Amino acid sequence: MSVTSLKSMDEIRLGQLFAWPSRLTLEAWRAAWRSACTGVACEGIRGGFWNSIAIVLPSTLIAIALGALNGYALAFWRARGASLLFGLLMLGAFIPVQVLMFPLVRLLGPLHLVGSLAGIVLVHVIFSMPIMTLIFRNHFAALPRELFLAARLDGGGFLRIFLQLMLPLAVPMLVVAAIMQATGVWNDYILGLVFAGREHLPMTVQLNNLVNTTTGAKLYNVDMAATLLTSLVPLAIYLLSGRWFVRGIAAGAMKG
Amino acid sequence: MAAVSIRDLRVHLGGQPVIDGLDLEVASGEFLVLLGPSGCGKSTLLHALAGLIDVAGGSVAFDGVDQTWASPRARNIGMVFQSYALYPTMTVAGNLSFGLRARGTARAEIAARVQRAASLLQLEPLLARKPAQLSGGQRQRVAIGRALVRDAGVYLLDEPLSNLDANLRAALRRELKLLHQRLGATMIYVTHDQIEALTLATRIAVLHQGRVQQLGTPGDVYARPANRFVAGFMGAPPMNFLEGRLAVSGGTPRFVAAGFELELRDYEFRAAAPVDGEPVVLGVRPEQLRIGAPGSWTSQVTLIEPMGNHQVVWFDCAGSGWSALSDSDAGPRVGARIALAVSSSPVSLFRADNGTRR
Amino acid sequence: MTSVIRRRAPLRAALNPAWFALLPMALAAVVVYLGSFLWSLRISLTGSRSLPLHDYVGLAQYQRLFANDRWLHSLQNLAIYSPLYLAGCLALGFLLALLVDRQLRGGGALRAIFLYPYALSFIATGLIWQWLLNPELGIQQAVRAWGFPAFRFDWLVDQDHAIYAIVLATIWQGAGLVMAILLAGLRGIDPDILRAARVDGVPGWRVQTSIVIPMLGYAFATAALLLLTAAVKLYDAVVAMTQGGPGTASEVPAKFIMDHLFGRANLALASAGATVMAITVVALLAPLLYARGRAARVRA
Repeated sequence: MSVTSLKSMDEIRLGQLFAWPSRLTLEAWRAAWRSACTGVACEGIRGGFWNSIAIVLPSTLIAIALGALNGYALAFWRARGASLLFGLLMLGAFIPVQVLMFPLVRLLGPLHLVGSLAGIVLVHVIFSMPIMTLIFRNHFAALPRELFLAARLDGGGFLRIFLQLMLPLAVPMLVVAAIMQATGVWNDYILGLVFAGREHLPMTVQLNNLVNTTTGAKLYNVDMAATLLTSLVPLAIYLLSGRWFVRGIAAGAMKG
Repeated sequence: MAAVSIRDLRVHLGGQPVIDGLDLEVASGEFLVLLGPSGCGKSTLLHALAGLIDVAGGSVAFDGVDQTWASPRARNIGMVFQSYALYPTMTVAGNLSFGLRARGTARAEIAARVQRAASLLQLEPLLARKPAQLSGGQRQRVAIGRALVRDAGVYLLDEPLSNLDANLRAALRRELKLLHQRLGATMIYVTHDQIEALTLATRIAVLHQGRVQQLGTPGDVYARPANRFVAGFMGAPPMNFLEGRLAVSGGTPRFVAAGFELELRDYEFRAAAPVDGEPVVLGVRPEQLRIGAPGSWTSQVTLIEPMGNHQVVWFDCAGSGWSALSDSDAGPRVGARIALAVSSSPVSLFRADNGTRR
Repeated sequence: MTSVIRRRAPLRAALNPAWFALLPMALAAVVVYLGSFLWSLRISLTGSRSLPLHDYVGLAQYQRLFANDRWLHSLQNLAIYSPLYLAGCLALGFLLALLVDRQLRGGGALRAIFLYPYALSFIATGLIWQWLLNPELGIQQAVRAWGFPAFRFDWLVDQDHAIYAIVLATIWQGAGLVMAILLAGLRGIDPDILRAARVDGVPGWRVQTSIVIPMLGYAFATAALLLLTAAVKLYDAVVAMTQGGPGTASEVPAKFIMDHLFGRANLALASAGATVMAITVVALLAPLLYARGRAARVRA
């Protein structure tokens, strides 16, 4: 596919997907980035790229912060009813988002949160909360409780113990969670489609619009270049994180 | 029962030599204990004997038949692992019989052998349970049972008791000794616990840095350690050491250090005769010291460790911390001056340069 | 006698600070997850079209739903898709895990290659396979060009096979996940157990079937749980690959719900579908969670 994105359209019409191009051209990449039509507008998918960045960063930071705080509170502070809430949250994680979609639109609509950056970030934070909470709860629960008790005896309060003792101990898990969350949010389609609004459509949605809604002749080279561009960020995360990515999957899955 | 013969065995792990030219002959029916600190290569040696790792050189033979490159399956061995390594998804009966079933042994034969091992180890009430439902001691007995059903020529045991608490360890130690007496099987047993080595072994091989430091009966290894490593590793509290020189004048050789002198009346020197002024290290076991006897020297007690039936008395001897044993009730107190003498049995002398027995 | 001064518990101690920290989680759990589900349930009992109404119509929407060909077809597709996707991912993932686990030296690189598709979005996955399976463009054309002019591989445009094309694409994407989970499980197996089996003289294949696979029970159950959840949620890949077509050949419940919520303005019918889905998920997951819990106890 990388190869095809470097071909000219004339060559593709010959119908040899796996053949090597006779002439390399970056024209398709340029078009995908700047001028391809994604629905009504024809400005390429660069807008989507920046939208996705703007969504991923706050969604990741807030989701991890909340997940770590939840996990810490659940693992060490035995608040009454908390485990029941956690059970409810975990059950919610298995319910398809489509089931919750419309009620959430109705709920956030009056708050002017549908079709805004804040809205899509909030929705991402909500839907990632079960898994983020789970991995941090498991991480903290695996620490010896004596550590927490010693900090309590030393006079540490809720926030001090969290910020000065537990958070530094959770750095590996923070990395793992950041990788999982950033990849997950970047790859999301359905939430971006419904909640982001026209101004903030993420890259995946624009990509699908580009490929599946254009009329007339299909520009396969442009389509494939756009797909590759969209996959670049998860690829970069994946390559840079290496075995952390695997660890993330194991941490998220095995202990649950 | 099989005799085991190891010649010039070399094993490399990750490019590093772990066992380097090791020779060992184990007679049929012997209980040989491989004793050494962690990382000395004793478990590696056991794995090499089982055929679980490839050797870099040398040979292994059972009853004169070369097994150096034979598969574990072909060697007819039974093995007990430190972590028990029970098959967690199978019942106790399943664990005992799995190897036999995999080899296609006849059903009646399997049942008979499982029955025999189970009754020998008192496992009958546990046969239907899964390993997760067993206590540590029960798991260990199942692991031993799994090795026993094989009717193997050689049994290899890799620190089988080290994951158990002290009381259980002592109890299972006795069970193992009884089992060996009853079966008369060849057993090679790896441990870092000197008590296990002394109580179980017919012979002990002390291993350090991939080499056999000393091979002998428990009494011999304890009383006449071949070098300072063996001397320091065996015995608790450890042997007392003091650096000094030999003095040979007027017939009887003496050990001399600053403010300390000891006649070596019956000492059997190895190899060359003692030379006057030769630097040596004296080794005296705590139980070889007598407190309060018409002594050859006095010292001040610095620490008392009560052990219940006796106590360990610590004091200073020419700059080294020494210990001696005394009765619990009649012993000295901290700060008291005590008279000390070396009692009859032979002490040890080691060369100052390389630590071998003098 | 020493007198003990009794202190009253300070008011602060009664208020567990964790409560404040957990407030966002409580809101998410109660309002979003529980509240939204109940809201969907309520709407499904009304005659709402594009706006929520409060006219109670009983189970009429459910009757309409199960008389709806598109819904029935999407259920049927899901019934075909889920077991195939599950079995395919688990089998392929297990083989990949064994391959990576065996091959010590190149293991890291292989693992990276096998896992990469999982880092891709369903949209990208769907598009890639849309091209690979495009008869004029992809595999069919390539094989024909290599000298097999009769070769046919046109599932994507074939009414009867479109759903299998989606199975193929999503297995490609999901097998890496299974591999990663099983690898973690394999690494958790005490190597002494495998040594014990070798000393016992157990043949290699028998070690796999009698020891390794049963010991991976927990890992398999975990993977199955995640895959099943993903299967029910299946939406993005269908949108990217077939848009539910040709016709309604690859329609799935999640897409049915989304279309009726936003495209066709039939809130109540979509909510009925959503409720059916939610209940089905719980019914499917309950035994799986139970089996996984059992496996966890054996593992411990």
